[in-house]
Amino acid sequence: MGLGLLASRALRSSSSRVLSTNPRYNLFRTIVSTPELHKPEAAAEAAAEPDLPKRTPVAGARVHFPNPDDVIEVFVDGYPVKIPKGMTVLQACSVAGVDIPRFCYHDRLSIAGNCRMCLVEVEKSPKPVASCAMPALPGMKIKTDTPIAKKAREGVMEFLLMNHPLDCPICDQGGECDLQDQSMAFGSDRGRFTETKRSVVDKNLGPLVKTVMTRCIQCTRCVRFASEIAGVQDLGMLGRGSGEEIGTYVEKLMTSELSGNVIDICPVGALTSKPFAFKARNWELKGTESIDVTDAVGSNIRIDSRGPEVMRIVPRLNEDINEEWISDKTRFCYDGLKRQRLSDPMIRGADGRFKPVSWRDALAVVAEVIHQIKPEEIVGVAGKLSDAESMMLLKDFLNKMGSNNVWCEGNGKNTDADLRSGYLLNSSIGGLEKADCFLLVGTQPRVEAAMVNARIRKTVRATQAKVGYIGPAADFNYDHQHLGTGPETLVAIADGGHPFSSTLASAKNPAIIVGAGIFEREDKDAIFSVLQSMAAKNENLIRPDWNGLNVLLLNAAQAAALDLGLVPESDNAIESAKFVYLMGADDVNLDKLPKDAFVVYQGHHGDNGVYRANVILPSAVFSEKEGIYENTEGCSQQTVPAVPTIGDAREDWKIIRALSEVSGVRLPYDTIHGVRSRIRTVAPNLLNLDEREPAAFSVSLKPESPKKVSKLPFGVMVDNFYMTDAITRASKIMAQCSAVLTKK
Amino acid sequence: MLARLASKRLLEIRQAFRQFPQTNRSLSTALNYHIDTPDNNPKVPWEFSEANKPKVHEILSHYPSNYKQSAVIPLLDLAQQQHGGWLPVSAMDAVAKVIEVAPIRVYEVATFYSMFNRAKVGKYHLLVCGTTPCMIRGSREIEDALLKHLGVKRNEVTKDGLFSVGEMECMEDVTPKRVVEIVEALKRGEKPPRGTQNPERVNCGPAGGNTTLLGEPKPPPCRDLDAC
Repeated sequence: MGLGLLASRALRSSSSRVLSTNPRYNLFRTIVSTPELHKPEAAAEAAAEPDLPKRTPVAGARVHFPNPDDVIEVFVDGYPVKIPKGMTVLQACSVAGVDIPRFCYHDRLSIAGNCRMCLVEVEKSPKPVASCAMPALPGMKIKTDTPIAKKAREGVMEFLLMNHPLDCPICDQGGECDLQDQSMAFGSDRGRFTETKRSVVDKNLGPLVKTVMTRCIQCTRCVRFASEIAGVQDLGMLGRGSGEEIGTYVEKLMTSELSGNVIDICPVGALTSKPFAFKARNWELKGTESIDVTDAVGSNIRIDSRGPEVMRIVPRLNEDINEEWISDKTRFCYDGLKRQRLSDPMIRGADGRFKPVSWRDALAVVAEVIHQIKPEEIVGVAGKLSDAESMMLLKDFLNKMGSNNVWCEGNGKNTDADLRSGYLLNSSIGGLEKADCFLLVGTQPRVEAAMVNARIRKTVRATQAKVGYIGPAADFNYDHQHLGTGPETLVAIADGGHPFSSTLASAKNPAIIVGAGIFEREDKDAIFSVLQSMAAKNENLIRPDWNGLNVLLLNAAQAAALDLGLVPESDNAIESAKFVYLMGADDVNLDKLPKDAFVVYQGHHGDNGVYRANVILPSAVFSEKEGIYENTEGCSQQTVPAVPTIGDAREDWKIIRALSEVSGVRLPYDTIHGVRSRIRTVAPNLLNLDEREPAAFSVSLKPESPKKVSKLPFGVMVDNFYMTDAITRASKIMAQCSAVLTKK
Repeated sequence: MLARLASKRLLEIRQAFRQFPQTNRSLSTALNYHIDTPDNNPKVPWEFSEANKPKVHEILSHYPSNYKQSAVIPLLDLAQQQHGGWLPVSAMDAVAKVIEVAPIRVYEVATFYSMFNRAKVGKYHLLVCGTTPCMIRGSREIEDALLKHLGVKRNEVTKDGLFSVGEMECMEDVTPKRVVEIVEALKRGEKPPRGTQNPERVNCGPAGGNTTLLGEPKPPPCRDLDAC
């Protein structure tokens, strides 16, 4: 249990509101330097007066004592602090409210102790000690602001700046650079080093990470991140002494889906974002705390915008979902928000070309057509990126028109939306850390949900949990056993005839993760009843305190759609449809749609859905609207508008609200709060923002399916990690990534 | 003001000293990254020879089976001996495979130690000391004499593949003249005497015999309790 974990728990509980201060920036980055530090008597005064004003822990750090016997007391600048055994001096200091400057230390990485910036004085120790690597001992008297500690840090800083180029004015890290900040506190105004500075050849790490290796201070955070968290052993520390440098030795790109995070952890400007290079300064940007919708994880992000343009996306701390990492798709999809956008309502003319029209005309045409169609021939499909409000309105609108053929793409035909446990990640993303045995059924978490994969990898690394995988050959960055490719392997495991069944049976907290690709299969009920029989046999799988039967969803809209009951009435609605309302649905298969069907595409990008559309209604993307999304573990979160909408585009729910009025079936919601009070009657859990609502009942209540599993092997749901939806398909950066980084 | 003038003067003096030809910074080791060449790229197949395979097992047997990576240095050494005194990148990959780690972990070790040669070296790899005491005593002239005599640059191999010149910490005591003699002796296939080449010295002792520590060393006065 790291301190960061505790710190963020404390933070999260206090910041359940959507708009809160950014925890990432509160966590470290402040430096204590006061004129008192220069005076040697300051420490003596502190020791003499035991009841000084109380200090607050850094970033709300809170301590959790797993065992009351393991409590030790140390003194930080004279303040007594109670901490559990095994904490380092640096962690003890942050509990005591003293932020120690550091470069190489990172809460989530192993301790390297090579930057020496965190030197503190410890009583009875002959030399200053590196606080990040020194375990706190009972009764230790730590002094963080003595002249010795300050002098030591100044010495370290002078050595670091010796070979660091003076290029802050042209460095992208400027303004958010640890070295820049800390040199304000501990740096000298001139250097004594008059030799030439070292220069290092820049490395090519791919289209996402720009390297200026001369700026590197050899903290090795990126090396540790790559090998510990991303699980790609590509980066290393080469050479020694003054010739030391970070590199891959052989020409190699960093082929990780988490590679963008090295930009955040790099304390200097050695690793910066290539697409963001020389675009903006961080103090010009407006940060908006939002969430990501490119996968079903719902990673917490901050959208940095300047004026009407999204300049970059950076992660936000959320221990339960994405910790402090985000995937490359989340981070770099933002240029897709500006390209191929639909800005005006359009109608396809007789010549087959789209003609921009006014909203009034477009809505009138749609309303006129929809009234000429029989209710059972009306179909509505919500897209991957739809928010809960718009899906609620789409369903209400089409229900009022007499049709109940509304679903969300990816959810398949007649998926059971009655029991939430049947489509959620019941163990929760953070809870996966407790699991000691994983069985992945038809899911490739590395490409489907990179942050969930990072969590599984963390667990496997920490506890050597066993991972079994059923599905087509796939890429994993942890040890796993490939058990088979089709459902018959799952049946064999359930029957106990498979070698993996004993592993599963002996596990304390087994976790079975089923991919959402199952929803599209004919035999999904049979597969679920196999899982159910496994739960019946293995009492550890579902207990009151642990539910190990999980479904890993693919898209941001899926969970909310099922919560709201967007399930089609008939199996072959598309084949008989005469009117199709696509709300951002680009991946629904329209091959079987009758030629004379009328298709309305309401969406934000000129993507696949537009080719067949008769009318286009432009809508807002997630960075431009307020919308509730439920992630795969059942935690609902809200996006916040960061930039204004493009052209004549409107928010999705407003478009349907207007259309309902024009069609004469006015929906009674005039504000987003009106829509939300409607949602409250259908799925109240969606309004408990930032709170995970676990499923109340487990799958065991479902009736047994009479069907047999088919021989058909599980398929690959995401064949290109970088391009999965309209936004990422429009993104140039993602196109570069899939050209360069996707394994052939 | 005076301090600023003084420091300015100091800088000028340093600049003046820098007049003599100092070519661009000379680091003791070759490049820290790999450049593909026809005889050194990851596609060149490389394996431990049949004669060396039992040795590999012998080396691995020194370490617990879950700490195979501890064998990295002896295995790199073995690979270097097998490959004529240098380590191509595919040899490092082969070592990584034997000890079951990612190749980069082996590259890190191989780049750290200067006695692992990651580029082709001659049959005789001549290393000149680059430390300050030796520089004062004329190690640069020795290197210049060598490079001139062999007609190569640093870290380059002569055309006949016999010699290459590099840099490391002190081993010998030679003169520019003597160094050329040694090279010629090596060319003739002779074996020059090991150790210091100064006939007046014995091993690492000073020329002309010891000048200090001739008798039994005197104990520090404070230990002499009677004298206190």
